[in-house]
Amino acid sequence: MSTTSAEGMFGRFGGQYVAETLMPALAELGEAYAEARADEAFEARRLALLRDYVGRPTPLYLARRLSEEVGLEVWLKREDLAHTGAHKVNNTIGQVLLAERMGKRRVIAETGAGQHGVATATACALLGLECHVFMGEEDVRRQAPNVQRMELLGAEVVPVRSGSRTLKDAMNEALRDWVTNVATTYYCVGSAAGPHPYPTLVRELQAVIGEEARAQILAQRGALPAAVVACVGGGSNAIGLFSAFLDDADVRLFGVEAAGEGIASGRHAATISARQEGVLHGMRTYVLQDDDGQVQEACSISAGLDYPAVGPEHAHLAETGRATYLAVEDGAALEAFHRLARVEGILPALETAHAFAALGTLAKELARGDTVVLGCSGRGDKDLATVLAASGAR
Amino acid sequence: MSGRLREAFARAERESRAALVAYLCAGDPSLALTPRLLVAAAEAGADVLEVGVPFSDPTADGPTIQRASERALAAGATLAGVLDAIRAARAETDVPIVLFGYYNPILRFGEARLASSAKEAGVDGLLVVDLPPEHASPLLEPLTAEGLDLVPLVAPTSPDTRIQRASKVAGSFLYCVSMTGVTGSAGAPLEEAAERAAALRERTGRPVAVGFGVRTAEDVATVAARADGVVVGSAIVRAIEEADGDDAKVEAVRALVAELARGLHRGG
Repeated sequence: MSTTSAEGMFGRFGGQYVAETLMPALAELGEAYAEARADEAFEARRLALLRDYVGRPTPLYLARRLSEEVGLEVWLKREDLAHTGAHKVNNTIGQVLLAERMGKRRVIAETGAGQHGVATATACALLGLECHVFMGEEDVRRQAPNVQRMELLGAEVVPVRSGSRTLKDAMNEALRDWVTNVATTYYCVGSAAGPHPYPTLVRELQAVIGEEARAQILAQRGALPAAVVACVGGGSNAIGLFSAFLDDADVRLFGVEAAGEGIASGRHAATISARQEGVLHGMRTYVLQDDDGQVQEACSISAGLDYPAVGPEHAHLAETGRATYLAVEDGAALEAFHRLARVEGILPALETAHAFAALGTLAKELARGDTVVLGCSGRGDKDLATVLAASGAR
Repeated sequence: MSGRLREAFARAERESRAALVAYLCAGDPSLALTPRLLVAAAEAGADVLEVGVPFSDPTADGPTIQRASERALAAGATLAGVLDAIRAARAETDVPIVLFGYYNPILRFGEARLASSAKEAGVDGLLVVDLPPEHASPLLEPLTAEGLDLVPLVAPTSPDTRIQRASKVAGSFLYCVSMTGVTGSAGAPLEEAAERAAALRERTGRPVAVGFGVRTAEDVATVAARADGVVVGSAIVRAIEEADGDDAKVEAVRALVAELARGLHRGG
């Protein structure tokens, strides 16, 4: 089931709220993408790269000790085992192949934690395209290892000094670059967010997560899960996982946002929980903002969830009630990180740790022993410094 | 349609010149000074005042207007405050005023409420950078009901179908973006943009103003040779930024706008 209408609306969310200069570029992108996906040679090449280069399909793993602890049967969709250590590469392989097909030799991207930047730099290195990654100056400081990885991969990392110097400002700067260099440049958006066609395009490139997981759980259990759960920043890994289950009315969908220091504190990134509608980065969606419509800084221990808006399809799924969105604070995410390390031998990304931290709430909503598929979206090596500093401070 | 805007372009045409559209970011350095800056620009020869509404995420603006927007927000500017400043300026000048901004603060304020508050404050039109014609009707309807104009943008990349769409929502005039880029960029192909503006005017039957990258009196003259209007923004904002103290800022605007206005006369 696709909730996309012709104009890229998900209910009243989505759309194309961009400067006129970009409108034709978005139309060109939508057409080129549809043609590419209909081209068997393009698809064969994309799927071969996902298999041989990214390492797909990723496993669906029954986390036995974790399951015993939480009283649910928890299966992990292991995107952390994909090349570059997160689901982001599913999207960038597809988009950078598309850039090459469109004859655009220059690729730009925004990044927060640096995972999408690394995945874009990786795909550009693979295909021999020029790559420039915009990253807030504050994130450049917080995520130095990923800056070094991008540079090793041949990308230029451009520190962004405007506004709050984080992900939203990096996206602003990427949009400014695109509007300036639109004829030669492909903008590789990292989440299922931004103006149409990006939310649909990224959802479709990430849908492989859900398609594999659905087939794998049916093969392993002979039945669909009671619930599917994933963390939500912009929401690409969650929408990729959810998309295969949208028509399975009995499968409950849970998205987990970052509640930072607590929603009441105002220092959080739980956009859907806050439920304020707005327009940012080309889309109508929920946006963290003040009473005057100025966008507020998001706040989370996880740089990848630190975004003051959310993909429009999630806003729609929240509004229609098809998916339920929970919020988990920094402290609970950290505890979940440590627990998973000790009971399963897996260091999850701090983003992913939010989904693990929600299992306690899910256990109350579901019956004991119910099957749950959890999107294990990335590995936590990049977060060691943050985790050790935060744990030391406790 | 706004009578003041239509008359501003008509008068410039009668005088064989282009209209000067002067942009300032409201609230920079303070909302208290904004009325004086606006009145000074009008007295020095601006035919239309474009008043920037500060926004946290100005994706179509270059560094100069970004900084002005940040200063204005840090100094406490709000959309309601901007309207108050316009009301104060309106008591001293009859020059038409166009609000220039982004959609989110308008959405938050409420489109219908904004249309009536803006009308009451003395605003003549609105230009919303990130609101293409496809999404404009929730704002266009209340604006039209109040007799205010929506000013659509036409870009160098806009194909015919989009030009037609822009022309359908346009009130008194269209805004022709000189180049693919953000405000204040260097190296805009202004002669080419002025030609495009002239062709657009033929197509749409409405006056067309050219903006983005117009910085000097020579630039104004280049554009004015063919276009109905010339927009200068970042250069004025920079003059305000660089002058030290309120009185000096007001005088800097007065001097720069007077200089720019000398470039308006065709063949002059």
